[in-house]
Amino acid sequence: MTNPAALPADWRDLYALTKPGVMRLVVFTALCGLLAAPVMPPAVIGFTAILCIALGAGAAGALNQWYEVDLDAKMRRTANRPLPAGRVDPQTALHFGVGLGAFSVIFMGFAANVLAAVLLAASILFYVLIYTVWLKRRTAQNIVIGGAAGAFPPLVGWVAATGHISLLPVLLFAIIFLWTPPHFWALSLFVRSDYAAANVPMMPVVAGVQSTRRQIAVYSVIMAVAAVAPWPLHLTGAIYGIAAALLGAVFVGLSLVVLANQATEPKLMKPEKRLFAFSILYLFVLFAALVADRWLLA
Amino acid sequence: MSVGEKAPLPEEEMIRARQKARARITAWLLAAFIVLLFFITIAKTGLHR
Repeated sequence: MTNPAALPADWRDLYALTKPGVMRLVVFTALCGLLAAPVMPPAVIGFTAILCIALGAGAAGALNQWYEVDLDAKMRRTANRPLPAGRVDPQTALHFGVGLGAFSVIFMGFAANVLAAVLLAASILFYVLIYTVWLKRRTAQNIVIGGAAGAFPPLVGWVAATGHISLLPVLLFAIIFLWTPPHFWALSLFVRSDYAAANVPMMPVVAGVQSTRRQIAVYSVIMAVAAVAPWPLHLTGAIYGIAAALLGAVFVGLSLVVLANQATEPKLMKPEKRLFAFSILYLFVLFAALVADRWLLA
Repeated sequence: MSVGEKAPLPEEEMIRARQKARARITAWLLAAFIVLLFFITIAKTGLHR
């Protein structure tokens, strides 16, 4: 029988290393950051900037999987990824991740501007070095601080278009930063046993289920307030403001349902699953409203 | 092996098939990269206006 790791990696496995599911949200928020900017770059520059952000996110995903192969092998959710399943050898994954990351940063600097390239490099390094290598296995605050890595894309999109940082993209950064803990903690509540088996100190494993639910509710309220902030600050119009207020109210409502839930068994954690699913929809609709606001009310 | 099931490819053939698929994709990506570079250059030099 052929040893899969001895074969050249299949392109589908290299593609899977880039975490395409995560990349969709990254690309969407980056595109919204770019489209919400007050100046529009030529279409080909905008397209290239988004492509570079997608490639940078893919590189970060590949390097994350390269470093976490031992953890992934212990968790049901990740055991069939190309590295733990032995379909890609670690050296190929490392070369692929480093090459893709370097290419995305250099190409961003060439096509858009140096500041966008620096921010893209910072986001990749933050995800790989600060979150993956330093925080994830050491502290229950891993996802709180590490959330900054996922908050970069709209900021990079905005800077690729304008060449500078202003208050609105910083607020967009803050919204995703504050959104990450309730999003990931909702997931980690119903896959708690996976994280415990892999010795990853996620909040429900370290602080318990009820404490995590309380923190989800607190972060949800802060995030909902931060998401509305651009409206009273006159950085956006009513379309965004009303959408942010309504979406935030639903988010907080669902987090309170999670708080009221006393279940410890994953199969009884429907409110947590609902909040997790809604959190993804929330970010998509919120950023779509931002673009609609900018283009319809401009 | 049941009737109708494909026999597994010998290792050499499998390696060749994967190399071929990767080479084809690399070629397409390089071609796309060249086209993209061309349009970026046009946009940067302002010839699109």
